[in-house]
Amino acid sequence: MTSPSQELAEVVRTERRRVLATLVRTLGDLALAEDAVQDAAVAALLTWPRDGVPDDPRAWLTTTARRKALDVVRREARRPDKEAGAVRDLTPPADDLPEPSVVDDDLLRLVFTCCHPALSTEAHVALALRTLCGLDTTQIARLLLVPEPTLAKRLVRARRKIATAGIPYRVPRAAELPERLAGVLAVVYLLYTEGLEQDELRAESLRLARLLHGLMPDEAPVQGLLALLLLTEARAAGRRDGTGALVELPDQDRARWDHALVAEGAALALGALRRSADAPDPYALQAAIAGCHATAATWEATDWPSVVALYDALLARTGSPVVALNRAVAVAERDGAAAGLAAVDAVTGLDGVPVLHAVRGRLLRRLGDEPAARASLERALALQPSDGERRQLERLLAAPVTA
Amino acid sequence: MPQYAAIIYSAADVDWTGPEQGAVMADYGAFGQAAAAVIRGGAALRETATATTVRVTGGKGGDVVVSDGPYAETKDVLSGFFLLECADLDEAIAWAAQIPSAWHGAVEVRPVLPMTG
Repeated sequence: MTSPSQELAEVVRTERRRVLATLVRTLGDLALAEDAVQDAAVAALLTWPRDGVPDDPRAWLTTTARRKALDVVRREARRPDKEAGAVRDLTPPADDLPEPSVVDDDLLRLVFTCCHPALSTEAHVALALRTLCGLDTTQIARLLLVPEPTLAKRLVRARRKIATAGIPYRVPRAAELPERLAGVLAVVYLLYTEGLEQDELRAESLRLARLLHGLMPDEAPVQGLLALLLLTEARAAGRRDGTGALVELPDQDRARWDHALVAEGAALALGALRRSADAPDPYALQAAIAGCHATAATWEATDWPSVVALYDALLARTGSPVVALNRAVAVAERDGAAAGLAAVDAVTGLDGVPVLHAVRGRLLRRLGDEPAARASLERALALQPSDGERRQLERLLAAPVTA
Repeated sequence: MPQYAAIIYSAADVDWTGPEQGAVMADYGAFGQAAAAVIRGGAALRETATATTVRVTGGKGGDVVVSDGPYAETKDVLSGFFLLECADLDEAIAWAAQIPSAWHGAVEVRPVLPMTG
């Protein structure tokens, strides 16, 4: 259950980024706009519980933020060291609020600015959480596990570069859009993977993916990424057992998955694949694979022929050896361990990666070649696997052979 | 409109007048024509062997110390620049990507401090 104050905070949070987007356009200054919107949000949280939520919260926030910004600009203009040019045009009257479609365009511009390739990945992540998600620096520093002053400095530098280097508030032209959009989606995906151990960060990433989908409903990669994140998130509760240890997909309790998210994600994945039928979008393909797993009653009952076909398409699009290895695992389930082993041995470029040898060891064990299986598992162990992988490998090496 | 310096770095020291630079110079000629509307200035620099570094020690009016060679001895060499007038960074990046050294070395794009008065 959400309390009234949580609900109020949520209204402020969702509205503030739209208000911010509009103010950035009219003020042309991200730092000034953010400070003004922050002040307005604080004012809202102080006065709304007392006076009630206004009929049009966005209008209230916009008017208040505009007034706060005007105060700042006037104050700065009076300072003798400031040039007169600092007085910006804030003339649009307070009741002249932009149409919703204009607000969406403003927001889209802001998304592309925050994820501009001339900014570092660290800056993208910080700006996405600050400017697009509306978290404060304390929250962001905690989520990203960096000291707050470091994070604050990062944001100041990023905003200064946007202003000084002239990074535009503009939706890229059609010719540049696919590449720039890929950059935006990479930021959202990174937030999600960074948050694998942090529910809050994953929630922010999902919020952003939903926002982008709302702003660009016709873009297959956006739909595909949202689908992928939903289908991954749907299984979050099954990834840990009662003691907090990682549970592998075949052993997960599927009753603990969120089947509403599965349904939503699967429908989106299908839509994204249809939309990109000529050249299937890689996010959509990954989402469809996740969908096959999420809708199967058991690991054994998974639709392996479809999974292999989707990996074939993904491999054709990406050429990634990691995809080739995952495909080999699916081949083993579809055609048996011998075929899977042949597919693993055809993968190139992953010799130094523990997971390749772990997969090989398991398949060899299924084929009854215990000495070779142990050799592969030991090789994986020698390649400095992650803690979770290491525990699994040790378990496998200790397990009695049942062949 | 803002101006940007497009600073050209070459993967090795270049003698722009050398015959081996002929094709590159032709590409530069084509860029100069294509970008004529935004180019506000620029220069190609002689090899680093011709560079002299000047320092004044002990503050203003101190001793002038002159040394042979460029300020920084690096593998990549500052070999020229353009001054471009563009609406924003995206436009400057688009032009910088057409400077031949972008594919022979790298081009650094930096906004120029506007001089008022």
